[in-house]
Amino acid sequence: METLAKTIDTNKIKPPVTSVGVIGWLRANLFNSVFNSVLTLVTLFLLGKVVPPLVQWAFFDSVWISSSQACREASGACWSIISSNFRFILFGFYPQELQWRPLAAMLILFGLLWYSRERSHWKKSLGYAWVLGLVIMGLLMSGGLFGLQHVESTQWSGLPLTLLLAVFGLTAAYPLGVILALGRRSKMPAVKIMSILYIELIRGVPLISLLFMSSIIFPLFLPEGVTFNKILRAQVAIILFTAAYIAEVVRGGLQGIPRGQYEAAEALGLNYYLTMRLIILPQALKIVIPPTVSILISAFKDTSLVVIIALFEILRTTQTVLSNPEWMGFSREAYFFVGLLYFLGCFSMSNYSRKLEKELSTGR
Amino acid sequence: MPPGGGTRSQLPDFRVFQFDSGSLVTYEEFQGLPTDLPGPMRKMANRQDSSVAQKVPFWLDPRKRAVIFQIISICVVGMIVYYLASNTVVNLRKQSIATGFGFLNKEASFEIGESPIPYSAANTYARALLVGALNTIKVSFIGIVVTILMGTIIGVARLSSNWLVAKLSAVYIEVMQDIPVLLQLVFWYAIFYESLPPPSEALCPGPGIYLCNRGVAFTIPEVHPAHLYMLIAFLAACSAAYLIRRWAKKRQEMTGRYFPVFRVSLALALGLPFVVWLAAGSPMEMNAPKLTGFNFEGGLTVSPEFMALLLGLVLYTSAFVAEVVRAGIQSVSKGQREAAMSIGLRPTLVLNLVILPQALRVIVPPLTSQMLNLTKNSSLAVAIGYPDFVSVANTTINQTGQSIEGVALIMAVYLIFSLSTSAFMNWYNKRVALVER
Repeated sequence: METLAKTIDTNKIKPPVTSVGVIGWLRANLFNSVFNSVLTLVTLFLLGKVVPPLVQWAFFDSVWISSSQACREASGACWSIISSNFRFILFGFYPQELQWRPLAAMLILFGLLWYSRERSHWKKSLGYAWVLGLVIMGLLMSGGLFGLQHVESTQWSGLPLTLLLAVFGLTAAYPLGVILALGRRSKMPAVKIMSILYIELIRGVPLISLLFMSSIIFPLFLPEGVTFNKILRAQVAIILFTAAYIAEVVRGGLQGIPRGQYEAAEALGLNYYLTMRLIILPQALKIVIPPTVSILISAFKDTSLVVIIALFEILRTTQTVLSNPEWMGFSREAYFFVGLLYFLGCFSMSNYSRKLEKELSTGR
Repeated sequence: MPPGGGTRSQLPDFRVFQFDSGSLVTYEEFQGLPTDLPGPMRKMANRQDSSVAQKVPFWLDPRKRAVIFQIISICVVGMIVYYLASNTVVNLRKQSIATGFGFLNKEASFEIGESPIPYSAANTYARALLVGALNTIKVSFIGIVVTILMGTIIGVARLSSNWLVAKLSAVYIEVMQDIPVLLQLVFWYAIFYESLPPPSEALCPGPGIYLCNRGVAFTIPEVHPAHLYMLIAFLAACSAAYLIRRWAKKRQEMTGRYFPVFRVSLALALGLPFVVWLAAGSPMEMNAPKLTGFNFEGGLTVSPEFMALLLGLVLYTSAFVAEVVRAGIQSVSKGQREAAMSIGLRPTLVLNLVILPQALRVIVPPLTSQMLNLTKNSSLAVAIGYPDFVSVANTTINQTGQSIEGVALIMAVYLIFSLSTSAFMNWYNKRVALVER
């Protein structure tokens, strides 16, 4: 008997070379049509013209730790403007020997942020931990208690000031925003009109006009002899500004709650305050966490505007370093460093927001 | 079921009252209600069940409570406003600063760097503020047009099937969104001032365009009377295109015949001005910038402040617009395109009739809010020395001390922009709102 079946060793038959591996990927993603191929070639050409000189300037010809004289002689980037003025850019006018305090405050903040990343940690104790942490941060910055030397608020500058303005701004603006959102959705005409007026007025003007208002006009509002320090004025302006945007976001969340929830709360006999506190707000605030994180990112970026009312946050300390005749002319490197700091902060926050959005949408 | 309530109310009220004297009276007699009606009618007439509104004390009545709460809140807000206003009046009087807008007619005595209308230091503050507002409108308008173009291109590139282009756009969007706009503005301004050469060694990226640290100089056509007629021809072509579109739509609804409206309108818009240009003798003189002394003369020179402001604003806002466009395009489900192709529409028509209307419905509202953000961010020009409205108003406030009127003017101008944009957005939303079942 002959064997009719012939076994073919399947290992010997491979897919065509042009559809697997590197070549296959190139064909599918970079050269899959005439237009795309032309586009790829043009892009590679432009990248080839731009990237190598940039890398040469930034890394190979650059000077990392040296004096400004050596910087001017070098043809590449002068990163020593950062390394020599590092402490001033980050901490500004804070007294040198006490700079461990803003450093500790920032570390506490980053620690709290890192701990809050996990949703399983979101409990009431975390809220108390945040409040305690913020109080400790304020204490560390200003001193005056517990044997810490008092530091005038005019000397708070640099990165701690940026973080302080952003974090305290959002924390104080959040309750105000929620109240405004509830007021806007209320059936009482007086409360509704006042909320709408406030929200539309604040959202329609740039933050810079509010900062001008706070630094020029707030002193006029106060009786003789009472003064606000500048940081507090800027903080109030940022809080008022952020509260209006949070109000709009929370209003969107409140609109997303089905009417049945309100009716069930009524059927249980809950009054307005209990309905909001126990049933509506927990759901609404959970829905709008991703847009709230994006408001936090905007608040973080908007703190750079206090430069214009001469508060020394991190952008202004950098500009002060650049106006020093010794280091004049290296603004590209300095601004790139500040941009990198902002980018790291905002990018991690927006990444977190995207991750959170994905988690929340599948969890429902 | 009768409106009175349950079946209990159908029964007569059996309650009987006994006076001390011993006489008995029924409930109705005791209440003084008429007792001459027969059975059920008597019950209905003397109905005293709980459907009738009981006398409720006013602190438990929700409507009255709402009124009281509103009165209290208005009083509280009013008291705060009164307190702030009275302090302000006292402080202003102490510093002997006048109130009111009379300062607008005084002489300004400060120069403005660039201005689209003639202005000198001898003009009034009102004219200075007008120049500032015009500068803001100029940079906002050009910024909006360029941002929409650039944002659309980057948004579409983000969705491209070319991996390199898609990743590069994603990197651009991520980086530009995360760096504050003020930092970008001062960065570009510093580039202009530090990295560009002086006019004598200006860079020349193209024929007739010169880049130097005094600004960018363009070659423009020499002004010629024919340009006015070309503009009139262009406007006539636009109105003709609108009328043709209306006629073609009507004809298509009645007879089903298709008319290539877009191609004809494009031909008219380009062709009519071209014909006028030919008829005027095809004037070709160009006004080229020439290096005289230390600067360029002639041509169109754009200041470094304007270029830095425009560049910073456009690059920042186009990243957000790209995200909006991407979200809009992705919101149209693939089935729409497939269904459109299956009924035989050509790709252009699929785009115009099916994809774009649905995508625009999702794109336009966030797009208008981004355009508003661009206008509001142009107020940051005060940090780089471009004389926009906030910058001029700031100078005015510093010179006259009229801070309240100045800040109120700034807020009023930007509020006008925002409210008109919101009104437009609401109108557009209502117009394209989906009519649901």
